[in-house]
Amino acid sequence: MPRESDRIAHPWGARTPYGPGRPWPVRVDSFLQPGMSAEHIERWVPTASLLHSNGDAMDIAVADGRIVGVRGRAGDRVNRGRLGPKDLFGWQANHATDRLTTPLVRDGGELVACDWDIAMARIVTAAKSLLGERGPGAIGFYTSGQLFLEEYYTLAVIARAGIGTNHLDGNTRLCTATAAEALKETFGCDGQPASYADVDHADVIALFGHNMAETQPVLWMRALDRLEGPEPPRLVCVDPRPTPAARCATVHLAPRAGTNVALLNALLHEIIRTDRIDRDYIDARTVGFDELAAQVATCTPAWAAGICDVPARKIEHAAEVLGEAERLLSTVLQGVYQSHQATAAAVQVNNLQLIRGMLGRPGCGVLQMNGQPTAENTRECGADGDLPGFRNWQNDRHVTDLAEIWNVEPTRIPHYAPPTPAMQIFRYAEQGSIRMLWISGTNPAVSLPDLARIRSILGQERLFTVVQDLFLTETAQLADVVMPAATWGEKTGTFTNADRTVHLSDKAVDPPGEARPDLDIFLDFARRMDFRDRDERPLIAWHDPESAFEAWKRCSEGRPCDYTGLTYDRLRGDSGIQWPCTAQAPDGTERLYTGGITWAAPDVCETYGRDLVTGAAVSETEYRALNPDGRAVLKAAEYLPPHEDTDDEYPLQLNTGRTLYHFHTRTKTGRVPQLNAAAPDVWVELSPSEASRHGLAEGDLVEVTSPRGSLRGRLRITGIRDGMVFVPFHYGYWDTPAGDQPGADGGGRAANETTVTDWDPASKQPLFKTAAARLTLIAPGDGAIAPAPTTGASAPVHPRTIPPTIGGPAAVAVHTTDVLEGGAR
Amino acid sequence: MTGIAITLRALHDGERRMEHDLLAAAERHRADHEIRHVATDVARWSHEHVERLAHAASHYGLDLAQHVDHPSLGRWTTLREKTAEALGRRPETGLVLLHDLRDLHLTATENSLNWEMLAQTAKATRDSRLLDLATACHPQTLRQMRWTNTMIKTLAPQLLTCM
Repeated sequence: MPRESDRIAHPWGARTPYGPGRPWPVRVDSFLQPGMSAEHIERWVPTASLLHSNGDAMDIAVADGRIVGVRGRAGDRVNRGRLGPKDLFGWQANHATDRLTTPLVRDGGELVACDWDIAMARIVTAAKSLLGERGPGAIGFYTSGQLFLEEYYTLAVIARAGIGTNHLDGNTRLCTATAAEALKETFGCDGQPASYADVDHADVIALFGHNMAETQPVLWMRALDRLEGPEPPRLVCVDPRPTPAARCATVHLAPRAGTNVALLNALLHEIIRTDRIDRDYIDARTVGFDELAAQVATCTPAWAAGICDVPARKIEHAAEVLGEAERLLSTVLQGVYQSHQATAAAVQVNNLQLIRGMLGRPGCGVLQMNGQPTAENTRECGADGDLPGFRNWQNDRHVTDLAEIWNVEPTRIPHYAPPTPAMQIFRYAEQGSIRMLWISGTNPAVSLPDLARIRSILGQERLFTVVQDLFLTETAQLADVVMPAATWGEKTGTFTNADRTVHLSDKAVDPPGEARPDLDIFLDFARRMDFRDRDERPLIAWHDPESAFEAWKRCSEGRPCDYTGLTYDRLRGDSGIQWPCTAQAPDGTERLYTGGITWAAPDVCETYGRDLVTGAAVSETEYRALNPDGRAVLKAAEYLPPHEDTDDEYPLQLNTGRTLYHFHTRTKTGRVPQLNAAAPDVWVELSPSEASRHGLAEGDLVEVTSPRGSLRGRLRITGIRDGMVFVPFHYGYWDTPAGDQPGADGGGRAANETTVTDWDPASKQPLFKTAAARLTLIAPGDGAIAPAPTTGASAPVHPRTIPPTIGGPAAVAVHTTDVLEGGAR
Repeated sequence: MTGIAITLRALHDGERRMEHDLLAAAERHRADHEIRHVATDVARWSHEHVERLAHAASHYGLDLAQHVDHPSLGRWTTLREKTAEALGRRPETGLVLLHDLRDLHLTATENSLNWEMLAQTAKATRDSRLLDLATACHPQTLRQMRWTNTMIKTLAPQLLTCM
């Protein structure tokens, strides 16, 4: 029996409780354009969600050549039919009237419409002349976390073997680089050890800096259903904000920003002190335990309490819950990755799992989460600052292997140093050694820290900037050439979520105007540049998504992310499939490391590791001495104070983050009526005692100022920790009169006007959560209300005075729970 | 003065120089944010080494205590910072950065060799105080060396070819 609910007001929908070890019940969610019903639908086209990293499988409804709605796929292992609010409503952005429909080139200072030949000729001329005059190091590529695998792989071959540049990275550097680095440091290789199915089995779930309810709403539905079923798991939550997970937690720790390593070292200290460790597992599977134990020996809860400003007894309680767990699942996200000592802290979560022997069994695992839907693919394909197929740039055999696959000389693939991370690419552009920057599917003029600096880099006369995107973003407005790109639903490709599940996304409708799939744009460029292999044949021999996928399969063969058992036809089945998927494991692989640590051996591993404080590379010789048998590495780290701390001038810690209803610079979600109405503008969060100390009230217009810049928003008083101010990131300027930057009144809107240019030395991920700021009152609220949703962590402490966030009739979606297993189609 | 005292003094000078040069490099290369932040972090190690050396020195008839305060970069600090930001857009500053990293690496190497001498002597004379000191400090000096080496290796190809 179908039921209806307002999925803006009830983002996680109805409960389907279940007990430990039971399958997660099906609930199929769907939303169709008003007036549209099932009999009008001509086709259902398979895809998965593109507005977060969960990988929810869904079908696109097509009628009269248009997308008219979506439906969750009941048989899929990731979501069992459920969809989050962004999944349900986000597709409407494809129809926005301000889509780019023709290429644009800058003439006389203005961007003017042109045809593809003119736009591509400008790019090819610039690339060829720079290659001739200054060499491949003058050209850089900055891509996305939202393209498809086939597109990243093609771009990686163009950049590495075509141009021969070391400068290719994705904006996944901002969201997932620390997840990858932490996995590489511990297990010698990237790849998520656990599976989302571990939520079904765990008796303790620990969330470290992971606002699961808002960043992975469907995974949170799974946790909520366990919480409402028999024998619910206990939650341990580390977050300075009162997230929905924090409200459900047995223990909620809200530390000062920048102190994760101190807190984790204290948890490890307690678990070792109380001997809640698995000695046999440690002896058989790991190296480095003695160093770790020595490092945390003095890190008592009392010591950490002084640094983190949380009570020591709460740290002890959390250690007790973690230490008593029989099936412990830990998850990690931006509260760790975008904070001070990012990799060092994420690695300590791996250490926690390993010393407790909690890996490779149902319910036991670690999910180093991603922020973006195709972040995993940039990592696999080497579009993010690694070599394709998790190959080790320091290992000559890996480079030779790659050169064979591409049929080029190994010297043509830059491997004299690690691939250049995004923030350094922008530094080289600032300094003038990179002269051409090709940006695909991302919007650094809103998403990178210290925006005034980023705008001035992109605005340089000497830098030739190419942008391909759906809309004239803040970044595109600064470009020399803009290319209109097709998006999800308008092109075909595969993508892989955080738990290694590969989904196929088929083309449902044509893109608007002359917009083209990103793959076609890259292939056209490669053709015009006439890149050749060792035998003078075209370097890139593929011509469409499926042939690109087949080429990638050859590149992945024998590597941890082995795709050789997958085909487009198999992926058109009921469910996504997890890699590695091979002849030996034709149905994919649910959990890694079930039989021991397999990819850390010196000849196999993706990296020999880095110093967690300095980022210095560990040499092959050192790694072989440390870990000759390829076990998991327990890597210790000392706590360091944050680089920017509070003082009299800037007394508050500034925290920024993602929230439930918007995604990457709101390029799409800001154009979706239901999502935009739920969170239409930036806001500022403060605790009640901090607000009263500042003499501020709910709804006051305040200015947040850091040493870099400022922004203005209305105040929401929440249960956030004292001493901290929170601002949601990714509000930009495209929907303001100024268009691409703060208006003339100086009132910025983007959180990144204020954030600091600093990055983790190991993962090179920028730190968006460690700046200092001050607050000033601009105008009293006089009854105004902050445009902050009441459903997530921004819920008001005094709910009676604030109307709840609702979507109304426009946000009513349908769900049904009485479908038979796999029978929702 | 004994050989041990001479080595302690040399290390004390060397670690003071390392701290000073790291902090100066952090200022001079403010626009190279990773250099700036990591140099400041690892300068802290040298500062601790200086304190521990001064503390140990008294047992070897040496007075190094007058030098334990933070080395002053003086009133040119602000000027250096402003210059760094103003020049941050010029490719030539890349050469200055490589030059500074090379000097830092050499200073760390010299300190490392002195720690080595001290540790060997401590073992030979069964001087556990000295051995503990060298064992605690030397690894951090080695990490300073690896860091400067990694940065030179990473940055040199770009900074030397794209002038």
